[in-house]
Amino acid sequence: MFESCGCKTMGSTNSTLLKIPNAEELMQETGFSASHIVRLYDRFTSLDKEGRGYLCPQDFGAIKELAINPIRDRIIGAFFSPGKETADFQTFVRILAHFRPVDKDRTKEPEPINSRSNKLRYKDGNISREELLKVLRDMLGMQVTEEQLESIADRTIQEADLDRDGAISFEEFRKVSLEKVNIDHKMSIRFLR
Amino acid sequence: MSVQQMKWSTMESYLFPFDSLICMLLGISFTVWFTLLLVFIIVPAILGVSFGIRRLYMKSLIKLFEGSPGRQQQQQMLRTELFYTERSFTLEAWATLRMERGAKEKNQHLYKPYSNGIIAKEPMSLEQEIQEMRREGAEPEFDMSDIFYFCRRGVESIVDDEVTKRFTAEELESWNLLTRSNYNFHHISTRLTALWGAGVLIRYGFLLPLRVTLAFTGVGLLVVLSSIIGLFPSGRIKNYVSDKVHLIENKPRNGGICVANHTSPIDVIILASDGCYAMVGQVHGGLMGVIQRAMVKACPHIWFERSEVKDRHLVAKRLSDHVADESKLPILIFPEGTCINNTSVMMFKKGSFEIGCTVYPVAIKYDPRFGDAFWNSSKFGMVNYLLHMMSSWAIVCSVWYLPPMSRREDEDAVQFANRVKAAIARKGGLADLLWDGGLKRDKVKEVFKEEQQKLYSKVLVGSSEDRSRS
Repeated sequence: MFESCGCKTMGSTNSTLLKIPNAEELMQETGFSASHIVRLYDRFTSLDKEGRGYLCPQDFGAIKELAINPIRDRIIGAFFSPGKETADFQTFVRILAHFRPVDKDRTKEPEPINSRSNKLRYKDGNISREELLKVLRDMLGMQVTEEQLESIADRTIQEADLDRDGAISFEEFRKVSLEKVNIDHKMSIRFLR
Repeated sequence: MSVQQMKWSTMESYLFPFDSLICMLLGISFTVWFTLLLVFIIVPAILGVSFGIRRLYMKSLIKLFEGSPGRQQQQQMLRTELFYTERSFTLEAWATLRMERGAKEKNQHLYKPYSNGIIAKEPMSLEQEIQEMRREGAEPEFDMSDIFYFCRRGVESIVDDEVTKRFTAEELESWNLLTRSNYNFHHISTRLTALWGAGVLIRYGFLLPLRVTLAFTGVGLLVVLSSIIGLFPSGRIKNYVSDKVHLIENKPRNGGICVANHTSPIDVIILASDGCYAMVGQVHGGLMGVIQRAMVKACPHIWFERSEVKDRHLVAKRLSDHVADESKLPILIFPEGTCINNTSVMMFKKGSFEIGCTVYPVAIKYDPRFGDAFWNSSKFGMVNYLLHMMSSWAIVCSVWYLPPMSRREDEDAVQFANRVKAAIARKGGLADLLWDGGLKRDKVKEVFKEEQQKLYSKVLVGSSEDRSRS
């Protein structure tokens, strides 16, 4: 594989940005800056080792730091809508947009919470006790006993469940989380500018 | 018939002098070339004399790549304008790049840990980060926001992670006119492209043949001479290697083990050109086998049969036997086990640290501006790699010999290995990672995920113990 004669570099003046399909729309929709989109595209192509133009769950699994994350399966699952096995670049960027760094003049409060509860959400839009237990089990593994897990889950639901229906709805979740934590700040990816 | 014969003979008589002339010219130029090679490169190298040609060459290359500050700014603007051809982006993109550049300039001096990621990570432990997530003064019980922490970590690692990028070549800030490191810089200006073209001519037309001849001569000399005298270290100089060697009083001595970070097979040559070592490795066939056998005649090395490598005890025994013998040379080992791209040091395998003798750490750092020495063995084969090496501008590296270390009473092999690794990383300005270099090819073990779970549960459970006590 000798060096190419630089036909790519010498010929046209295409920049990476033009290579990306629908780059302008993506930027409008998600609010990422041009340099972010370019970086994300490079990351996408490097994850997509076989150059197919889309990612599948195994490609995510190959990221070492993600592999040791206890809730990695849920995070990976967020990128694939139910029934689909592939994620193209648009989907990739849109999901990541939920974690976009905060701009002072933008109000993006609903979004990260939305995505966050996406990860826990059951079909009916509430977080039930079983779901919570599952997540806890993921995060703690074999380190705590079943009783401890259940007591933690019960306590959390008690604190958050205001209408006493045994599950945490989106509204209740929002109230609980907002009180304690500045979500915008905590949930955004710490991009280098 | 006779007319034709006559024609032939006249033609021949025309051609013949040309023929012999060409032969003569070829012969003369070849001899001259060879003599120059011998006189200017090989003999001085053996004797350790330097003409200063290399320094001049390096200086002019640096000037060419980076230029004066004023021109750099101009280049920057040109670059961004053409990079984002849409008008509306130009201003923002230019500003972004300027800020990045400014920040980097303030932080950067030669060999500072080079973080080229897009995530700004501060190295905080799991506990600290979770505390930060929660409200101040909140009790450390389970909180919904803990899930945020893992979520964010996960997404950040999707965007950029520490490990995957260590196995591909490093990105450069300013282009060094080699197409293979042309990551960000597309067509910028005709002038630069012309320079690049000239560079290709020089590199492939002059530098490459020069180095190939050198290589062949060098290897030939090696095989011949090492059967006579132990001239092994100096006969093998493939590139314009100018190594600035620091801290020479710490050079490895007999009866010790020398450990270094591994970037390419050239590491071996560089270290060997500066001292004699005993190598450790597998027995190869073919050309490598010939070289290995020749080397053994000059000084004792440790070559393993493939079957023996699997048996760790056997390996350890042979190593310790060698070390115990004071007359034998220090062993050279690369504990990472694989080539890393020279921006970080990955986990050291504990095998060589269990032997219990003095360890002489060596840090090797290549200057990426002149050529990329990293061997990406999954992408390029050996021949391809050698071709790349020989057609780069130069391979420049810094070698630091660190003070010898031995294992303390209270630490085990793994802790000792980490201590040595930290010292090497610090000196060479590389990032110190706990990840295993073997991850290049293997998957992450479940054990590490359980580690994370353990850490998190400590945050929760530990606190509830406190509460139950009070």
